[in-house]
Amino acid sequence: MLDLAEVAPGFADPTLESQAVFRRGLAALSRPGTLQDCGDVPAPPPGVEPAANALLLALLDQDCRLWLSPSCNGAGAGYLRFHTGCVLVGEQRQADFALVAAPAELPPLGSFDLGTAEYPNRSTTLVVQVGTLSDAGPWRLTGPGIRGEARLQAAGLGADFLAQWRHNAKSFPRGVDLFLASGTRLCGLPRTTRIET
Amino acid sequence: MHGAMQLAAPMFQESERREWMGLLARAPLQLLEAWAARQPQRAVSWLRRPETGLVMVRARTGGTGAQFNLGEMTITRCALKLEGATSGVAYVQGRSARKAEIAALADALLQTAEGAAVRRELVAPVRARLEAEAARQRAKAHATKVEFFTLAREAGG
Repeated sequence: MLDLAEVAPGFADPTLESQAVFRRGLAALSRPGTLQDCGDVPAPPPGVEPAANALLLALLDQDCRLWLSPSCNGAGAGYLRFHTGCVLVGEQRQADFALVAAPAELPPLGSFDLGTAEYPNRSTTLVVQVGTLSDAGPWRLTGPGIRGEARLQAAGLGADFLAQWRHNAKSFPRGVDLFLASGTRLCGLPRTTRIET
Repeated sequence: MHGAMQLAAPMFQESERREWMGLLARAPLQLLEAWAARQPQRAVSWLRRPETGLVMVRARTGGTGAQFNLGEMTITRCALKLEGATSGVAYVQGRSARKAEIAALADALLQTAEGAAVRRELVAPVRARLEAEAARQRAKAHATKVEFFTLAREAGG
């Protein structure tokens, strides 16, 4: 049974605050490579970054299935279950959303739900926590929503991730979309964004 | 003092809590307000502010048959935390946020050392009121009871 003594408060004003965070998430996905600051968000449970936590509070409801990587699958699970009513799943492929505590815990992107050719929108949306995010860095982003190119650096995501990301683009229109989260900041990487170094 | 209280063995049984939450859920607002008016101001923080929604009430025929949906009902729920970190939860009938708030406060206090006082001043009167109401309805229904005297049906008839 969930021990409420362990659960911290969520949004003070669920309607307005979740809309504000949703707006940041939308901006992040429609302008890939830009860093969106979520501002004043609730204190997250242990193992979860403030921006990742706020985004999930805004997006999840009882119809969403959430997969959590091992090191945020304790307090984070209870907190998100209580505040959003989401369903927790143990298999990546069943998840509508996934929260990955650190790049080291990121499973192969292909193990998530990639959607179907008829319904590519049903793929898993990943929220990956990274140590630092910077809009000046080695990655060169191009694609829809980016004028010219954008620069990005996400600590901990290396060549292996970039290879998987290229592979993710190959299955278009199927594929996963990604949010990177660090502190109170978010960055969106939709499946259409190309990354080169 | 409160911290030490938290570490001690729980002062109530799970079944007791189920009972008082059921009573508080059905308690009339006047009884709850009358009790709340006598309470000192307490610092509470919201885990979940009162929100109203629908729940599907499911039932089994005779308590053992197949499950079916009896119907939807309106409930208001909330969860709060007292300063000593004891949390109180309420799921109450109807749309009254105030009712949910008082019920959640009572639920939290019932789990603490103040539980005995709350039991005496709130839970007992609520139980008495609900039982009296049920008895009144039973009596009213009983007055219209009709005894049918018929011949026993023949087998297969």
